[in-house]
Amino acid sequence: MNLRRDVFQAIADPTRRAILVLVASQSLTAGAIAANFDTARPTVSKHLQILTECELLQQEQTGREVHYHINAKKMKEVADFIEPFRQMWDDRFNKLEGVMKAYQTKNKK
Amino acid sequence: MELKTKVHAEDGQHDLLITREFDLPVGLLFKAYVEPEFVEQWMGTKVLKLESKKHGSYAFETRNPQGQVAFVASGVIHDIIPNQKIVRTFEMSGAPFGVQLEVYEFEATGENTSKLNMHVIYESIAQRDQLLQLPFKQGLNMAHNRLEEIISKIK
Repeated sequence: MNLRRDVFQAIADPTRRAILVLVASQSLTAGAIAANFDTARPTVSKHLQILTECELLQQEQTGREVHYHINAKKMKEVADFIEPFRQMWDDRFNKLEGVMKAYQTKNKK
Repeated sequence: MELKTKVHAEDGQHDLLITREFDLPVGLLFKAYVEPEFVEQWMGTKVLKLESKKHGSYAFETRNPQGQVAFVASGVIHDIIPNQKIVRTFEMSGAPFGVQLEVYEFEATGENTSKLNMHVIYESIAQRDQLLQLPFKQGLNMAHNRLEEIISKIK
């Protein structure tokens, strides 16, 4: 439960969200990630540490370099909790669209 | 694929924003909210009362599959501007969510397309989070970031 809560704390921070967006398309080294921010390198390292501890990021050793890549499974878990609520509204709105489209077609005749 | 319906719930706030784009002219989208006949169809509810005018009130009755009344939702329409805006309160009987303020903004994005912004303000952060069925106090900021898109691609 604590770990779960940490995941949400982790992505509540704008810099950490930006890091996730960055790493989502390709795995990067800490240096390459830090190069995208004005923030001091140790601060970026701290963010990476938090994201790794929450399992949102995974480290991969390639030779002497450590690459960070996104943990898709964990990210999906994060998205999932708000998803039922979104889905409910999506269903409702789909229905609205269907009802009004049927009415529109009927009136055109 | 871009999600048509989006929910933005900022961390530690007592409101949320739901946006949706429709393949409907804005006039029809608005009609779906103000005419009882249409509300009943898409909401799957019985409209006991719907006075679509400034300071009018409404009450919707929703039944469970067994035919018993599950809850009555009611409120007052504070303001209504045709094809543009509805400001109303919403309260669900027997639910611990309090009274919420709903601001609907209707927008034409084309001749046959429209957009709805639904801003819902709860009495407290706890009530909003309860409604979102959060198993924890910390919410999630899905707003103004590309994470949502990326996640939908991963799925």
